[in-house]
Amino acid sequence: MDLSTTYLGLKLANPIVASSSPLSYTLDGIRRLEDGGVAAVVLHSLFEEQLKAEAYELEFLTTQGTESFAEALSYFPRPEKFVLGPEEYLKLISDAKKAVKIPVIASLNGVTPGGWISYARDIQKAGADALELNVYFLPTDPFMTGEAVERNYVEILKSVRSQVKIPVAVKLSPFFSSLANIARRLDEAGANGLVLFNRFYQPDLDLEALEVAPRVELSTSAEMRLPLRWIAILHRRLKCNLALTTGVHTGEDTVKSVMAGADAVMVCSALLKNGPAHAKKIRDEMLAWMEKHDYSSVTQMKGSMSQKSVAEPAAYERANYMKTIQSFRPMM
Amino acid sequence: MAPQFPLRLRERDHWNFFLTIPDMDRSKVKINSVKGSQFLEPLFEFSGACGGCGETPYIKLLTQLFGDRLLIGNATGCSSIYGGNLPTTPYSSNRDGRGPAWNNSLFEDCAEFSMGFRVTLDKQREFAVELLQKLADKIGAPLVNDILGADQSTEGGVALQRARVEQVRGKLKGDKNGDAIRLLGVIDSVVRKSVWGVGGDGWAYDIGYGGLDHVLASGKNVNLLVLDTGVYSNTGGQCSKATPLGAVAKFAFGGKPVPRKDLGLLAMTYGHVYTAQIALGYNDLQSVKALLEAESYDGPSLIIANSHCIAHGIDMSRGLDQQKLSVECGAWPLYRYDPRRAAEGLNPLQLDSKPPKIKVSEWAYTETRFKMLTKMLPEQAQHLMERAQETTDAHWRFYEQLAALDYGKNGKPEAK
Repeated sequence: MDLSTTYLGLKLANPIVASSSPLSYTLDGIRRLEDGGVAAVVLHSLFEEQLKAEAYELEFLTTQGTESFAEALSYFPRPEKFVLGPEEYLKLISDAKKAVKIPVIASLNGVTPGGWISYARDIQKAGADALELNVYFLPTDPFMTGEAVERNYVEILKSVRSQVKIPVAVKLSPFFSSLANIARRLDEAGANGLVLFNRFYQPDLDLEALEVAPRVELSTSAEMRLPLRWIAILHRRLKCNLALTTGVHTGEDTVKSVMAGADAVMVCSALLKNGPAHAKKIRDEMLAWMEKHDYSSVTQMKGSMSQKSVAEPAAYERANYMKTIQSFRPMM
Repeated sequence: MAPQFPLRLRERDHWNFFLTIPDMDRSKVKINSVKGSQFLEPLFEFSGACGGCGETPYIKLLTQLFGDRLLIGNATGCSSIYGGNLPTTPYSSNRDGRGPAWNNSLFEDCAEFSMGFRVTLDKQREFAVELLQKLADKIGAPLVNDILGADQSTEGGVALQRARVEQVRGKLKGDKNGDAIRLLGVIDSVVRKSVWGVGGDGWAYDIGYGGLDHVLASGKNVNLLVLDTGVYSNTGGQCSKATPLGAVAKFAFGGKPVPRKDLGLLAMTYGHVYTAQIALGYNDLQSVKALLEAESYDGPSLIIANSHCIAHGIDMSRGLDQQKLSVECGAWPLYRYDPRRAAEGLNPLQLDSKPPKIKVSEWAYTETRFKMLTKMLPEQAQHLMERAQETTDAHWRFYEQLAALDYGKNGKPEAK
């Protein structure tokens, strides 16, 4: 049985990838993920805000009190260039590369094009096999058009692309007027992969404290329907790879993802809930299912249920809506 | 929000009320404590230094302890700029109209300039003694004897001597005798004065080091206070010989490659120089003790005071915490070396800080002057930080051994 797949040009032993989560905060955590059976790991995200905050802090501390006293216009020498960014993150990448055999994918999380993106180069230098760009952007400005939002995504990708040679994947949110269009534009702008979808953590309200309370809820298998549909729609319409994320908990979920057309299947909540070793369980379940149904490889399964492959492509579109509604019979 | 001017008018009344609150009687305060010293009126206020300056607290303390009989020769630098924002000055006077006498000559001659104060005072006192003895019949032999034999080691003793001087003034008032007129011109010199040379590390370690060494070697009763920021702060953070290993400064772009000069150790090798290294942020009581001991010692004294600075790239509201960290990692050991102890058979050196309990990097990388090197030349930064740790450890071990040397009794009662 051949479970291997190719994602971002990387040969993976199986399609199961640990997505960006607190499990990859430490080297020990990354080792446990490898031992647990994942075929690649996406490191926790380094945030644009972290990088900018560091740059602002350095700027503040090296320039405080300057231009205020004629005899001392400055208090520090000004180097032409600072290498910014938490070294710990870079160290984690290089340490992880030495410690594990599976590919290590770094993750940058930001919302605006700018200087912080140059940090991607350091990530590449530290040895990351690929970079996942997570544009976690919630447009709340009523004057910001959808076109402007989309342009922002493309610009950020282009900026990162210009900094590095390693493969770059973009993690998207599902909230686009024309998802297929933005997917195509990112594909054309050089994305090596799209990761569908970012799961926005929705804040809750704490009624006693009258505060907005951040609350992390782990996903369920039901949530994978949205990315599943879009993977199925986009499969073979783009040059880049597709990865499905959100709601993958079981071997069957993985099979569905691959059949829809995913090159990689990202797992997070299931590992957070059950521990890294759960990856092996998912893989074994997938293996058992494939054996039972006489599949010999992941490649054979890949995209077999995508929109281009199914007998009734409209099932993924509006026509399916009618069917769904009509198929539901409330209990009387 | 409210209009500012009426608020200021109200605050003006508060301020005036504040000024009517009587000051503590200096002779009744236990000044060799932190609380006691802070009851004393500061004669240094509203300086033009950077917000959070690490130097000014030492000067304030100096004026609290010795303010009304203090003479300062100030090296050019930050302390001469915020100390002499002419035509204003932060040095003030007390209710009796007495305050520090302050002057600034050059950058490089602070120690010699201050020694000039001492030589002048000694000569004036010598002349005053001569005239007192000459005029003993007129003034009264008991009063003259009291003046000449006065114990002025305490604030009370100084107050009594001042009262005696006033008696002499009263007795000689209107006297046309030439000696009497001359005595009135120098009689103040019999009241004990406190002479301090104050400056930064640029003066003490670098540009004025020859003169500083000369004054220490002279054996004269001159106290030198080094406000050590580890850089030429006033001219914008140039490297000095006090800059710590690994710190970035102007002219040390790649991090200072050699350790800070141990100025205190150089002074201690004379054997007759009272020497102390202090940091208010780690132990304020030790700072108070060191200043008092230095002043009471009839010979040269050198105090090296850890002064955080805007050129360190720190949050200036946390300056004392930075001082504390620098002591805790061993980069700034606190000590007092009192030559008087050797005469008693005791080791003159007392270590006042505990053995290092954190790594040098745990202090250094909280300051931009060290941290920025990791952003510019990471490998060099790592190399220098390893060296800094090695030299700091070795330095501490060396001091521990010095402080453990047997000087005879070493505090033990004599064997019978």
